[in-house]
Amino acid sequence: MKRVYLDNAAATKMDPRVRETMKPYFVGEFGNAGGLYQEGRRAKKTLDDARESIARNLGARAEEIIFTSGGTESDNLAIFGVADAVRLEFCLGTSFHIITTKFEHHAVLEPVKQLEKKGFNVTYLDVGSEGIINPNDVRTALRPETILVTIMYANNEIGTIQPIREISKIIKEYRTQKHVAISSSSGGEIAKWPYFHTDACQASGYLDTNVNNLGVDLMTINGSKIYGPKGIGLLYRRMGTKIKPMIYGGNQEMRLRAGTENISLIVGLAKAIKIVQEARITETKRLTSLRDYFIFELQKRIPKVVLNGHATKRLPNNINVSILDIEGESLLLYCDAKGISFSTGSACTSDSLDPSHVILALGKPYEFAHSSMRFTLGRDTTKEDIDYVLAKLPTIVERLRVISPIKIDINAKSISHPEAFAGKLKGKAKGRNYK
Amino acid sequence: MDVINQNTGETWYYSDIVKDHFFRPRNLLLEKPKDENEFDAHGMVGSPACGDMMEMWMKIDKNTERISELKWKTFGCASAIAATSMYSVMLTENEGMMLDEALKVRPQDVMIRLGGLPNRKIHCSVLADKAFQKTANDYFRKTDQYDKIIVDGARVIDPLLNITDKDIEEAVLEGSQTLEEVQKKLKVGIGSPELETEIEQLIRFYIEKYYG
Repeated sequence: MKRVYLDNAAATKMDPRVRETMKPYFVGEFGNAGGLYQEGRRAKKTLDDARESIARNLGARAEEIIFTSGGTESDNLAIFGVADAVRLEFCLGTSFHIITTKFEHHAVLEPVKQLEKKGFNVTYLDVGSEGIINPNDVRTALRPETILVTIMYANNEIGTIQPIREISKIIKEYRTQKHVAISSSSGGEIAKWPYFHTDACQASGYLDTNVNNLGVDLMTINGSKIYGPKGIGLLYRRMGTKIKPMIYGGNQEMRLRAGTENISLIVGLAKAIKIVQEARITETKRLTSLRDYFIFELQKRIPKVVLNGHATKRLPNNINVSILDIEGESLLLYCDAKGISFSTGSACTSDSLDPSHVILALGKPYEFAHSSMRFTLGRDTTKEDIDYVLAKLPTIVERLRVISPIKIDINAKSISHPEAFAGKLKGKAKGRNYK
Repeated sequence: MDVINQNTGETWYYSDIVKDHFFRPRNLLLEKPKDENEFDAHGMVGSPACGDMMEMWMKIDKNTERISELKWKTFGCASAIAATSMYSVMLTENEGMMLDEALKVRPQDVMIRLGGLPNRKIHCSVLADKAFQKTANDYFRKTDQYDKIIVDGARVIDPLLNITDKDIEEAVLEGSQTLEEVQKKLKVGIGSPELETEIEQLIRFYIEKYYG
């Protein structure tokens, strides 16, 4: 049966050119880059070249690239790394502050929550109804004890693009003012903070990731979202940005991430980054028109389809809609049976049974999250694929709407049938519980 | 590629019976009733755990007192659809069950007929059971059998944190199996060790009820 894979924000198919690049390093070129003999030196050279190539593509210096096991580890290293460094430098009793957003990936939210438990203060910025941070909110939230601002480049569920350059400008201004204010009195050390970290996992296939254009101090990228291998990622760390490692046991990765370098994955990542950079502009153009066609036709053919997130300030491959009155897992499985793959923000598909925190952060009732579907296009997606989905979807939606007992108002601001939950309404069903 | 269930070797996330009832649900109500008297009773519930909703309608044969029709609609996932479909079949097959007999059908009886559900999806299947209790209450109310009404009221277990038996039930349905796991979710009884025995009893009761 025909299969249309529309979950490229979850995983991308590895580019055959990436696979070819990796092949020699599984068997023949197996050396440890720490060895002084020939095999080791060859591995070291390959490692250095890969790092150099990635650095060039990001406008960075080679020693600013730290290889990790993926996006999650890079986010953890950025957040805990900065927190540990600042705690070591200053007295432990000081209460430091972190700024992030309500709709970050859990790889950022969970580490931040751990720090909150340990006494850090955290500001979770609102994301507005369109899913875009207002840079002025960052300005307002900054405090002298703020050590880190971590805001994603593009949201993984709704694809909305955040004003990273504007935010980095605000942070730089703030640091400068602080430096002037402090240097007159005591040392001026604390003036280095806050650092600015961005998770660019979803963005790196489509947006400018030049670290100087963006003005970030730390940036997360991983391989599996850009047609590269899984299990590999990197953290860009601007020179002078103080972080502590999380994994000890060796001097690899500028002593910030111990462990023997996985050369095959690293060359795979380097190749993947090179390829997406080259294809970025044309692919963005192609997918943007495909995306807009998909959204337009969906809303034309199916009633009560609400687009989640800003219509144009979103990744070219992201379509996130709430198809009201039907539950996401049911639609997903009916579509899967017709050969269509995508994902949903419905509580029923999450391990925690929580509906998507991203859709709730947009200020919509939980039923919108329960009905939210994410279609993410990729390099293999054609117009024929989209037409296939557009042909199948209306019938399936109609069938599930016949099953459904609810009829949600498209402009609803609160839950539709509170009586069904009488006596047991908790945060989740009210749709204002943020997790 | 299909995901293969390690226990059953089946290539779908759910059993073949679940799949069949999901794709061909039985006893669905396609059009909402035009007037109140078309059915003898009606009930609607929502699951606070995940937000699914279930609505049910029932007809009782006046002569035999048996359930002649049990129709439903749901805003819910595959487990909710399949379990309710199976539940409605069980209550209406073989001339239909007596009401008191039907009220004794446990969620795990439905599970057995379905060939099992993934653990964390069990709470979805419980929705049918709860919607039926509400529908039965509606019938008892309409037929003046007030003594038979079972009110699903909550009892406060931890007065400090205002945590009820229903909260503990939900925690068990969401996968907690031990006092520690329930406390991690609810903090119930933390600081009141004298409550622990009762909480543990409730956990055992709900595990037996839904997983036993």
